[in-house]
Amino acid sequence: MSTPVASTDRQALWKQEMDKARLRDANFTTISGTPLAPVYGPADGEQDPDENLGLPGQYPYTRGVHPSMYRGRLWTMRQFAGFGAAHETNQRFQFLLKAGQTGLSVAFDFPTLMGYDSDDEISAGEVGQVGVSISSLRDMEALFEGIPMDQVSTSMTINGPAPIMLAFYIACAEKKGIDPKALRGTIQNDILKEYQAQHAWLVPPEPALRMITDVMAYCTEHVPQWNTISISGYHIREAGSTAAQELAFTLANGMEYIRRGVAVGLDVDDFAPRLSFFFDSHLDFFEEIAKFRAARRIWARKMREEFGAKDPRSWMLRFHTQTAGVSLTAQQPENNIVRTAFEALAAVLGGTQSLHTNSMDETLSLPTEKAVKIALRTQQILAEETEVAHVADPLGGSYFVEAQTNRLEAEAEKYFQEIEARGGVVPSIMNGFFQLEIHKSAVKYQRAIEKGEKRVVGVNCYVEDDGGPTIDIHRIRSETAVEAREAMARLRSERDPQAVERELTAIRTACHAGGNLLERFIAAAHAECTLGEIAQVLREEFGQFQEPKIL
Amino acid sequence: MNQRKIRVLIGKPGLDGHDRGAKTVASVLRDNGMEVIYTGLHKTPAMIAETALQEDVDVVGLSILSGAHMELFPRVREELHNRGLDHVLLVGGGIIPADDMAALESNGFTKLFGPGTHTEDIARFIQGEMEKRWAKEAADA
Repeated sequence: MSTPVASTDRQALWKQEMDKARLRDANFTTISGTPLAPVYGPADGEQDPDENLGLPGQYPYTRGVHPSMYRGRLWTMRQFAGFGAAHETNQRFQFLLKAGQTGLSVAFDFPTLMGYDSDDEISAGEVGQVGVSISSLRDMEALFEGIPMDQVSTSMTINGPAPIMLAFYIACAEKKGIDPKALRGTIQNDILKEYQAQHAWLVPPEPALRMITDVMAYCTEHVPQWNTISISGYHIREAGSTAAQELAFTLANGMEYIRRGVAVGLDVDDFAPRLSFFFDSHLDFFEEIAKFRAARRIWARKMREEFGAKDPRSWMLRFHTQTAGVSLTAQQPENNIVRTAFEALAAVLGGTQSLHTNSMDETLSLPTEKAVKIALRTQQILAEETEVAHVADPLGGSYFVEAQTNRLEAEAEKYFQEIEARGGVVPSIMNGFFQLEIHKSAVKYQRAIEKGEKRVVGVNCYVEDDGGPTIDIHRIRSETAVEAREAMARLRSERDPQAVERELTAIRTACHAGGNLLERFIAAAHAECTLGEIAQVLREEFGQFQEPKIL
Repeated sequence: MNQRKIRVLIGKPGLDGHDRGAKTVASVLRDNGMEVIYTGLHKTPAMIAETALQEDVDVVGLSILSGAHMELFPRVREELHNRGLDHVLLVGGGIIPADDMAALESNGFTKLFGPGTHTEDIARFIQGEMEKRWAKEAADA
């Protein structure tokens, strides 16, 4: 039996040993550059667990939004997919559903994301490249051919023209005889982060926000199961931000949407439960888990205490996660399978509601079918084989994770104050505040890799001179653009030109006279107005966004 | 030895919004003493070539991560040619498969840089190329 040692003596002893110890030549910080202590103890952990943690399914939801978490239902495995023409992506969807995927997620090409038709001159070279090309209701019908829209949940990653794309989706369901009330899914529709990070916008912030409140109002009444905004940190992080910036800017954007909804007269509890979130899961395992936990706690408190929401569903931050594209390397691409698996595990331990795992070949091209299948199988292995899904918030109470959770919450709070001091989210976009913050972090990160302070296997350590990657890559058929052009010509000759003109005029009027624009877009979709035609009316009436210069 | 600062235009042709790489490279080249002009996003090939002409640049560096490089990179080269700018050092980067890099490098692009490139290597490459060109100009003069 050893004699009990007083805790202060133990600490002194440990400190003494630590001071003497020879340490590895490494940078002991988080991936975001925050210094870490060698060990965390009770004084660093959560001091008020009743107040700040609670239990899963209880305010402030630090430990998860459901009491049973993954015992009730596993996270939704939702692989983002889209390329070429609608019928090609339709085949990939059918493949993914057959492989056991439980939700669909549509990636669009750049012309679609920017509101241009596939036969527009400006779209040359980009049609179907990074996602599927959707220019009309007909394209949307081809995309969902044979897929039961009332049974699958669909996520659509589009922002500038999001209300138009949602109109195509609703119109498509209506044509199939499906009640929009049965539709489940999410439209990203998060324009604020477009100006900050991802850069696919259509019109300036104020009219864009008006369209978003139109979507919230319309869906509350007619498409009640639809998530009307997926407030996204993913692109902020991928553009170079730190974990704290991702957390802070995303939640600041979320609060801005809440203010806008309230300002047009919506009851916060009528629309807040339909807002969801989307975060990155990067390689810093514990910082990411802490970020997800902090996000839930901050949102719950802001919603209840600042915005006066009464419905617990308004307090709950539900989120989708995607593993970090930027963490993947072109060198030794098979290693990306391992990186993605760690990131996926962090997302699950952080309590995500749905997950996309990146494919190993994404630094080279869009993923091949084989690479996508391995990425999906990674999630299935996590869910079925590792036993991690049995216990909610398994890292809750960890001194280290609680300390990181508190630190990230405090850093986010500082940013909220700074954004407010700068006049709010939109003025901070217009003067480039977010853009510059993100850029500075991106350069710092790149420099850290190049100086060897941050190690990346295959890039600055364990490098192989193998003459470059040899895995298969996915190429877009060159006929896609030609076929799309032909399809558009057919559409333009077969539809009723008077109906098109009537609906476009109605949109033009509603831009200024008020009225719900989503309702107008749905009518325009049925009249076979194209994405580009509707977007052009909006560009003419609302003007275009001028990117602030930060370089 | 020519002491003139190297003037670089970093351009983002097409609808692609990914500018992390372009802006990071722009900052690094600037830190290396070059004068760098960044076009901003969503520029047409003609707009980029016109800026290159107006700004009298030595180097044009293009970045595309949208897969449109085989369409838009050669069009920028044509637009530069139309303005008598064949002497401009043309480089590029992005998510570009090896075969496409090789094709572009035999079609007017001096060098393509892929993911994982050390940004100082880009700066060194540009510096080295420009010194070669200036040495040749001096010898020809």
